[in-house]
Amino acid sequence: MNHEAKYNQLYPKGRPATLRPGTKAPEFCLKTTPDQSVSLIDFQGQPIILAFYPADWSPVCGDQMALYNEILPEFQKLGAELLGISVDGVWCHAAFAKDRKLHFPLLSDFEPKGAMARNYGVYRDGDGVTERALFVIDGDGVIRWSYVSPIGINPGAGGILVALEDLQKREEPHKEEVTA
Amino acid sequence: MKATISPERLTLPIGTRDHIQGLIKAPMILLEYGDYECPFCGQAHPVLKQIQQALGKKLCFAYRHFPLTQVHPHSEHAAEAAEAAEAQGSFWEMHDLLFENQEALEDEYLASYATALELDVSRVVEEVLSGAHTARVREDFLSGIKSGLNGTPTFFMNGMRYDGPRDARTMIATLEELYV
Repeated sequence: MNHEAKYNQLYPKGRPATLRPGTKAPEFCLKTTPDQSVSLIDFQGQPIILAFYPADWSPVCGDQMALYNEILPEFQKLGAELLGISVDGVWCHAAFAKDRKLHFPLLSDFEPKGAMARNYGVYRDGDGVTERALFVIDGDGVIRWSYVSPIGINPGAGGILVALEDLQKREEPHKEEVTA
Repeated sequence: MKATISPERLTLPIGTRDHIQGLIKAPMILLEYGDYECPFCGQAHPVLKQIQQALGKKLCFAYRHFPLTQVHPHSEHAAEAAEAAEAQGSFWEMHDLLFENQEALEDEYLASYATALELDVSRVVEEVLSGAHTARVREDFLSGIKSGLNGTPTFFMNGMRYDGPRDARTMIATLEELYV
């Protein structure tokens, strides 16, 4: 049986498409360290950035996470929390984060493998890793922006910043109404 | 040429705030986003000199800072030292010294370069240590992020991102094609 036939047998309805803006973000609860987990619900009222990447240690991922590490203060100024996600285990994440001096949590989509990535439509079955995909989720848990990059290309952070700034603009007029 | 130019565009156009060599109205504008501690930027440095020599007055070369400080611990102070040299009219002289001495960018070396350039060394040291130029360097960095940068060196030719090989022949050919 060729790969595609196998795939169709496993997933008769085809792979779920990457979740689009306007969709309610699926709940998740993943380990960030051997004894700590984070869930979507922990970030109620606060925008989050989900950065799915194929693997710890691979050169592009390293650069991408290093770049995001550098931009963290800007993400924080816009009130957003950054979460990196891959199928690597917590110990692998711990070693990677220490080596690269990362100052944001890495979530381990390890057991059942890739469950969160599948829910977001960004799991690569043949490869057993996630896509290089970005999501910006608002404080109400709704996806406001998503992007899937070619797997070998670091997508940078321009799109994330624009999406977060748009979110802030959306919220600001509302705030004025409240204070008026 | 098409393969070497990406769809990414420069969001902050070259202006009076920028460090430039040549006339801002030159028909070809080559902008580098660089990091003084990045080995690939170091390799590009002599190539850029060749390009400048070959194109003469037809070219305006501009440089913006994009230090990845978590990976390159000396890159931020090096960039700020270049800005401190700018305050005394010697940006490009410092810029060249930094790229020619990438392996020696600790603070004491930065001070020795200021001495070699006959600058007011205590003023350079004071400005670097007090962070007098931190905001300027960050502004360059963020302009890069907003233009979709994912690493260094990144080049823009007449506002369009160049993703081709970093050799003088190809870069000159691409600049000339954009000019025609």
